[in-house]
Amino acid sequence: MMGTVTRQRIAAALALAVLAGAAVTFPLVFSSPATTNYGVYALIFVTAVSAWNVFSGFSGYISLGQAVFFGSGAYAVGIAARDWHVSGVAVFGLLPLGAAVGAAIAVPFGLVALRVRRHTFIVITIAVFFIFQLMAYNLSSFTGGSVGVSAPFLPWTATTFNERFYYIALACAVVMIVIAAGVRRSRFGLQLRAIRDDEDRARGLGVHAMRVKLAAFALSAAVTGLVGGVWFLYLTQVQPPSGFDPLFDLSVVLMAFFGGVGTISGPVLGALIIEPAQLYLTATYTNGYISEIMLGALFLAVVLFMPRGIIPTAGEWITRLRTRGRPAVPAAAAAAAPQSAGKAAAGDTA
Amino acid sequence: MLRTEGVRKSYGGVRALDECTIEVGEGTVAGLIGPNGSGKTTLFNVITGYAKAEAGNVYLAGTKITNIAPDKVFTLGIGRTFQLTRIFPTLTVMENMLVASRHARAADRKRAMAQLEFVGIAGHHAALAGTLSYGQRKLLELAYVLVADPAVMLLDEPAGGVNPSLVNYIADRIRELHAAGKTFLIVEHNMEFVMGLCDRITVLDSGTVVAAGPPDIVRTDRRVLDAYLGEDVEDST
Repeated sequence: MMGTVTRQRIAAALALAVLAGAAVTFPLVFSSPATTNYGVYALIFVTAVSAWNVFSGFSGYISLGQAVFFGSGAYAVGIAARDWHVSGVAVFGLLPLGAAVGAAIAVPFGLVALRVRRHTFIVITIAVFFIFQLMAYNLSSFTGGSVGVSAPFLPWTATTFNERFYYIALACAVVMIVIAAGVRRSRFGLQLRAIRDDEDRARGLGVHAMRVKLAAFALSAAVTGLVGGVWFLYLTQVQPPSGFDPLFDLSVVLMAFFGGVGTISGPVLGALIIEPAQLYLTATYTNGYISEIMLGALFLAVVLFMPRGIIPTAGEWITRLRTRGRPAVPAAAAAAAPQSAGKAAAGDTA
Repeated sequence: MLRTEGVRKSYGGVRALDECTIEVGEGTVAGLIGPNGSGKTTLFNVITGYAKAEAGNVYLAGTKITNIAPDKVFTLGIGRTFQLTRIFPTLTVMENMLVASRHARAADRKRAMAQLEFVGIAGHHAALAGTLSYGQRKLLELAYVLVADPAVMLLDEPAGGVNPSLVNYIADRIRELHAAGKTFLIVEHNMEFVMGLCDRITVLDSGTVVAAGPPDIVRTDRRVLDAYLGEDVEDST
């Protein structure tokens, strides 16, 4: 007889196969550039939100400075292509540079910011974000100032441009999801989650908190920098307000919270729902602020009514339905505990 | 095994520890008692790196470990529990155990499960730690400190806030560990628990050691009775 766990695994594998099939065939079925554009942006955000989640979701340190890495990755690829005269598809070879620049910024940034916690940390990340935006405006000989940097021409036709970027973004998203799942299952991920629950207690159990947080911050920044480079090549240009966009940070945080912070599938789901919705609203309503107002309203609704996000909340509902009518303590668990401890400790609610 | 020499620590204008010197012998169960605010937990915090000593030193097996970070103190062999239990509520019980493990491999899981069985909560290994009762949390905290096999265990009020049968259960676990050679320093207000368990007791008052010695000597010391124990304990013995 098939066990519940086996059934769950088969269902999960089937769902994953269906999702993978849909992701791979999406641009073949919906070949219109207007539609594939939604796919490219959604996947770029899947990567960015999952990268944010690996640090902020797992450690509990909410960063509102992720655009620092996104914009820096974009600028790094653009400036390198411009100054080193890289053209054509060879520019994709510069994407690791975007990742390296993201990680290189994250180390000194983290060494300062990660000494503080909670609200202070958030404020520092916002401050660093504005420093980078101002630098992009003012270091004009390097960044092009308010004009920004343009990407080299890619010799692709209008119909294949979006499709190829879609698959590049899909590859980034898949790799990031695999990294996130690996981190979550690893001792490194366990230490991050322990830090989220009680950093001082974790330190008292041998967790080198600063090293762990910094590694996660740099990993998150590297992936964000890389996907910032992809975004730049897709958009073909970057300016200070687009590369270092405060709405990027808010969107990333909202997507993670909407889907479920600290989970693997939550940020993916959040990005796949919110980013296309945001693009649709922007395209549909001539007043550009409508999408931002709705984004804010959604953020409020999530925080008030579903603070843990869709995936954890749905998981709770399913568990509640499954365990309805069952005793609070499973008989097997109660039997496994020695009488003296089981009875004495279970009833102790002081 | 563990020694503090002339440790001083202040919070603002309040001197929490003043020239505090204690000694815990290898393989002993030492008790640290004193009225509220006498500096017991502060001394634990200084030993384990959670608070910095302004003067004095802490030694573990002859090695100076004064003012080093908590993670290093743990790695060197001092594990501690807290007065108010501090577990990781969103992790499962098993994951809580693995935080203190060197790796998260099968051997570590096996060892973690053995410790959970030892404290009697193995049946809850897959449950979220946040769903455990207060008593079970106390046991979990004891178990995950044991995972790393520390040379010295500092227990801050292990019997605090738990029912009498669990107090006995915890005392039995400590006796078993003691028999296996573990060294303990225990802060506790439950006099019956301390007197029945400890080889040697140090009494703190206003951050200063006022008495130290075997339980029978300490319980009759006039300074101790004045500072902390009171006549009730004397009457009950």
